[in-house]
Amino acid sequence: MSEKQLMRGSQVIAEAAIRAGCRFYAGYPITPQNEMTEYMANAMAELSDGTFIQAESEIAAINMVLGASTAGVRSMTSSSSPGLSLKQEGISFLAASELPAVIVNTMRGGPGLGNIAPSQGDYFQATRGGGHGDYRSIVLAPASGQEQADLTRKAFEYADKYRTPVLILVDGMMGQMMEPVIFPDPIDALDLPPKPWILDGAKGRPSRIIKSLILNTREMEDHNWKLARKYENIAREITTAESYLTEDANMVVIAYGTAARIAKGAIKRVREMGLKVGLFRPITLYPFPSKELLEMSRVVKHFLVFEMNTGQMIEDVRLSLEGRSTIHFYGRPGGIISTPDEISKEISSIYYRQHLEEE
Amino acid sequence: MKKTVFAGFGGQGVLMMGYVFAVAAMRDGYEVTYLPSYGAEVRGGTANCTVAVSDEEIFSPVASSPDYGVIMNNPSLSKFESAINEKGIVILNTSLVDSDITRTDITAVKLPANKIAKEEFGNERSVNMIMLGAFVTKTQVTSLESIMGALEEISKGKKAAMMKLNRKSLDIGAEYVLKGAS
Amino acid sequence: MKQIFQRPKYLKDAVFHYCPGCGHSIIHRLVAEVIEELDIAEKTIGVPPAGCAVLAYDYFDLDMCEAPHGRGAAVATGVKRALPDRIVFSYQGDGDIAAIGTAETIHAANRGENITIIFVNNSCYGMTGGQMAPTTILGQNSSTTPGGRDSLRDGTPIDLSEMLAITKGSVYIERTSVNSPKNIRKTKKAIKKAFKIQMAGLGFSLIEVLSPCPTNWKLSPVDACKWIDETIVKTYPMKVIKDEAGNID
Repeated sequence: MSEKQLMRGSQVIAEAAIRAGCRFYAGYPITPQNEMTEYMANAMAELSDGTFIQAESEIAAINMVLGASTAGVRSMTSSSSPGLSLKQEGISFLAASELPAVIVNTMRGGPGLGNIAPSQGDYFQATRGGGHGDYRSIVLAPASGQEQADLTRKAFEYADKYRTPVLILVDGMMGQMMEPVIFPDPIDALDLPPKPWILDGAKGRPSRIIKSLILNTREMEDHNWKLARKYENIAREITTAESYLTEDANMVVIAYGTAARIAKGAIKRVREMGLKVGLFRPITLYPFPSKELLEMSRVVKHFLVFEMNTGQMIEDVRLSLEGRSTIHFYGRPGGIISTPDEISKEISSIYYRQHLEEE
Repeated sequence: MKKTVFAGFGGQGVLMMGYVFAVAAMRDGYEVTYLPSYGAEVRGGTANCTVAVSDEEIFSPVASSPDYGVIMNNPSLSKFESAINEKGIVILNTSLVDSDITRTDITAVKLPANKIAKEEFGNERSVNMIMLGAFVTKTQVTSLESIMGALEEISKGKKAAMMKLNRKSLDIGAEYVLKGAS
Repeated sequence: MKQIFQRPKYLKDAVFHYCPGCGHSIIHRLVAEVIEELDIAEKTIGVPPAGCAVLAYDYFDLDMCEAPHGRGAAVATGVKRALPDRIVFSYQGDGDIAAIGTAETIHAANRGENITIIFVNNSCYGMTGGQMAPTTILGQNSSTTPGGRDSLRDGTPIDLSEMLAITKGSVYIERTSVNSPKNIRKTKKAIKKAFKIQMAGLGFSLIEVLSPCPTNWKLSPVDACKWIDETIVKTYPMKVIKDEAGNID
């Protein structure tokens, strides 16, 4: 493990990627995540086996990653919201061709060009596949510098293990904020398990094809079901969430990433006022921790979904809870960062309106 | 938990000040977050950053009401004066801040950092370190020794002369505060 | 009896799906022959396009990686940079490379990526049914240019190869055709040279092959070949457009 160091989120992800054996990065400049691209340029230049390409577009970048991934190299690209829209074609092809890749989205205000302030407006795009066709990407949502380091390592592991694109979903604040981080030891890219499917020239073996075109409808259906089963396995094996002060709670706030941090601050305040409120923080947004939420709904009858958008994750919460609890929503889109005070007021207002203090 | 906003314009070393302070507090064993202003705002000429220092987990790195402010120019004072927590402290660089604070529930430490730097060193490069010395001495969130440690860590490979200059600048800022207090 | 003609070693034993008189089958064969002659099959990765040649991986007995429409040069870049000692080629049609993939292609050339591109120009979108391509010549009929391509309405045919030649990163660019035995031999020679340039690590090479599309041109295969000689070459003359490699044998 590394010494503790104070580091910007964007750079934490980049360093963690290098330490995870990432040896190929292609990217295109976009705020607020340029520090990640710049860090990768310098880090790759110091490695004998590293490649950095400043691509001509987001589309080119994701397709370069696709090419490098077919060669078996741990590969990554990163961007911010508008750039992710452009990468969706490639992400769909990666998912269809069962190619590993890590894609980082440092979300900013949108739609359109929007602004460069922190936002969570790309939840739907990230968790619903984002591109065309019947697929999903694994979506990880770190909420601290340390978690950005840890989840980046995991992102590469998951991408290889499941042969699927993995998104790391952060926002401008997570990307720009510096926090103390301890990195795991670097992996030697040569020590990674061999990938028996890569394209490196058909030497002493039959030639291989990596493709997504499946004209035969039966075969395409089989492939779709194969992917669906893979996603079911993924849901069984990697779904993660953090529960904070939920044991005695009669109201639980659901939030992820930056919003979860602010919610935690708010919960600390209302706890001091004697309100029994906890936080449920999905760490994997896809797969969404539905079972855990459903379990919680046996005792918790009021949930407050807090997002930095107009209401996206709330749909997954509704699906998870199957109507068993009341769901409230508080959203601040457009790049507004709520204060813990603001959220604690929202919490207590619901709390007293629902007479939860009498429970 | 103590939150500090460092604010001024680009080129004054405002972000560096906050960064050095955050590293020092981290090495002291505190939880810290450092949040810079970024993007278009930086290009526009103003620069600020917020450093939170706490014994416990820090939730929001944003300072809606910072405890302390290190204010390096007029626009920064008008931007942050009203936000400072009551009983908060502001360190004003009066070489560039010519308006006085209007609030009576906060303390202001005033020092003409640019003037001091010019007199002492013949240039204004170490203004931020003078301000940082004053800030640390006044607030005691961390120590000058920790700041020096952080500077050594950050500027690995920099010349010893540079470190000496930093130390001198920090001390000048510190003395100014101590003199004022006595 | 002596066998004087057979399937190239690196084409699979499969029946081409291409239309009668289409140039793709010939161009596939030439690429496979060159790869065999240069003995590079075991280290070659091919990148087929979206378009008529989308199924090229069913014919080439090589490692093959499908690229999204137009992204061949970007995918090939990724493969080549990850495996610099391998030989990487993309095989792309005119719509793929000169319309939707223009940016990827120009920038790969400009970076001087050490890859080879086989650019098959049949002056229309073949697989989707004969719509106007960026390379459709003025006056040429297509399903989206009623009355023929009109420069005011539809723009003029793009000189992609010439554009690529301007980039400082490109090394060798030649336009050939497969409309006659003589031109087929010339095309093979050009393809071979392009691969050799890559093997020597010299940089970006591209062979544009004018290819007959009797189906969409609504001509017989023989007339399609003639039409290349009589009409298409007026817009797209067969020639070496750029050669900075010289004789590399």
